Amino acid sequence: MISVIQFLALLFSLFALSRVILRAKDKKITSGELVFWLGIWIILIVVIIFPEISSFFATFLGIGRGTDAILYASIGILFYIVFRLYVKLEETQKELTKIVRERAIKNKKK
Amino acid sequence: MNEFIVIAAYNEEEKIDKVIKDLKKEYKNIIVVDDGSEDKTFDIAKKNKIIALQHVINRGQGAALKTGIDYALSKKADIIVTFDADGQFLVKDIKKVIAPIKKGIVDVVLGSRFLGKAVNIRPLKKFVLKLGVLVVYFLYGIKVTDSQNGFRGLSKKAAKKIKLTCDRMDHAGEFFWEITKNKLKYKEVPVTVIYDSYSLAKGQSWTKSIEIGIKMFIKRFLM
Repeated sequence: MISVIQFLALLFSLFALSRVILRAKDKKITSGELVFWLGIWIILIVVIIFPEISSFFATFLGIGRGTDAILYASIGILFYIVFRLYVKLEETQKELTKIVRERAIKNKKK
Repeated sequence: MNEFIVIAAYNEEEKIDKVIKDLKKEYKNIIVVDDGSEDKTFDIAKKNKIIALQHVINRGQGAALKTGIDYALSKKADIIVTFDADGQFLVKDIKKVIAPIKKGIVDVVLGSRFLGKAVNIRPLKKFVLKLGVLVVYFLYGIKVTDSQNGFRGLSKKAAKKIKLTCDRMDHAGEFFWEITKNKLKYKEVPVTVIYDSYSLAKGQSWTKSIEIGIKMFIKRFLM
């Protein structure tokens, strides 16, 4: 039998997975991003259904409990995603400035 | 030599008129970049019959200065001086900033309020600025007495080489990084910076300064 928390986590993961597939269908994310997010959610679903897997990895890595292993991995992935977002946002800001600058100079030259 | 004064202005309607009028007595090429002000800054600049450029939205001081510098270069500027819109600098100091470039001694001149005068400066402000000097030395290996001073002179060569991509106030750090990278010769000259109630209210807070410091650090070591 699965516990309530497993059920809820499973529900959320399936929801997230469906969103990923929908975004891919709309071509809002690249194929690389699709693979990344599919991987994340599928691994999570497998681990939710078979929590022993996480314990196996935890023992293998020398971490006490399976849930701890998941927690560490999650924080790592979160940091990575935040960094990616930061870089992307900076890029967008710079592009915006470029447009604003070009417009300012063009308007003067007219 | 073609001398251009570049001013970045954001919501400076109270002060900019006098600043422009004072500058106009001595210099003919004045560029004011209105950085998406919500007040009448742009109209005032236009009325003074100088070169008035406008950012449609606020992009930060670094971005506005670069817009002005780019425009000056397109108008065949030989020397570009960046100046403040809020009347903290003295027009008569511009000569000192231009002179070393005119003589061909250096490509970049940095105004220093600590070699010159910092009138009515608050102790906390002074402390934060000195901290900035240390950060710049630590990050870029450049020893100056005043790293966050917007009063600067650039030769045409320097203006072309220095690529400012930081839009916000962190452009000060980037500026030094570009000097190091391009091996530009630089010199500090004493200038006066006057603090009054207006500049104190508009000036950046020390928390903002810390944020900029962290950003400079990330840019230098992580990106």
